[in-house]
Amino acid sequence: MKFRIYRYDPDKDSQPRMQDYDVEMQPSDRMLLDALIRIKSVDDSLSLRRSCREGVCGSDAKNINGKNGLACITRLSDLKEPVELRPLPGLPVIRDLIVDMTQFFKQYHSVKPYLVNNQPSPEKERRQSPAEREELDGLYECILCACCSTACPSFWWNPDKFVGPAGLLQAYRFLADSRDEATSERLDNLEDPYRLFRCHSIMNCVDVCPKGLNPTRAIGKIKDLMVKRAV
Amino acid sequence: MVKRVVTGAHYGLKDWLAQRITALVMAVYVIVVVGILLACTPHSYEDWRALFAHQPMRIATLVFFLSLFWHAWIGMRDILMDYINPTGVRLGLEVAVVLVLAGYAVWVVQILWSL
Repeated sequence: MKFRIYRYDPDKDSQPRMQDYDVEMQPSDRMLLDALIRIKSVDDSLSLRRSCREGVCGSDAKNINGKNGLACITRLSDLKEPVELRPLPGLPVIRDLIVDMTQFFKQYHSVKPYLVNNQPSPEKERRQSPAEREELDGLYECILCACCSTACPSFWWNPDKFVGPAGLLQAYRFLADSRDEATSERLDNLEDPYRLFRCHSIMNCVDVCPKGLNPTRAIGKIKDLMVKRAV
Repeated sequence: MVKRVVTGAHYGLKDWLAQRITALVMAVYVIVVVGILLACTPHSYEDWRALFAHQPMRIATLVFFLSLFWHAWIGMRDILMDYINPTGVRLGLEVAVVLVLAGYAVWVVQILWSL
């Protein structure tokens, strides 16, 4: 199977380059990650991140034939050859397919992705009705792989100021949580022409999300809450 | 100046909402005007003139153009925020956009009320 893979080692290369590989696949190689591990057994200088190999950890996100996705859950049979692999767009490249996610996680942390509740803890747990729990479906499943944020032009232009779809999905995950008490502070934190309103609903995030989540809808709901608060 | 990323301007909702409302106003106006033109197609300059000299039509057209300019202002500012980074240059361009759009608004009033 033929591959074209982005190679860049800042210690040796002055410019990134594309390297061609033609590697014999085994019947057990079903997913793109299997192929990458096979390639790495031939050329161990190729650097990539991976961990759980089943779409849960979110570490092997990359740009696959022009579209962001997770290598571990992308079927080889669905890919057009030569399979062109590049690091996630818009983030600084550390080496080959590995990017520096600092900016991405900075934005994630900026939305306070944890429950804020100043009431004394009940003896057992903070209870939710089934309906309240249902509100969190489609939000809590995010694995922070950064496929969405790095597919978003607004995040490319303003990664330091725009929270990005992944961060905003998490922001809404806590706004939607019946146990959270910081709704107003959370909305204040986001009411900004950059932090939230750089999103123009082009839905690249929805298109690429490997978990099938919908950050655009979550962002719309944040805006709805703001409207509800203001009018 | 200190090199620091600053956010937290605490505006944006009003503009976002205004962009949607002005879009709605423009859509309604376009549908109504197309309806009117299909119902009684003007054939001469006099017909066109009479159509827009009619007071409700004049006011509706003015509201349409004001919506258009407000909508354009928000859109232009979004573009400038994305692509023009030096604050001074951006502010200068934003002022230029506002002045041009304000000029257009006055021009629209002048045209409509001279019919």
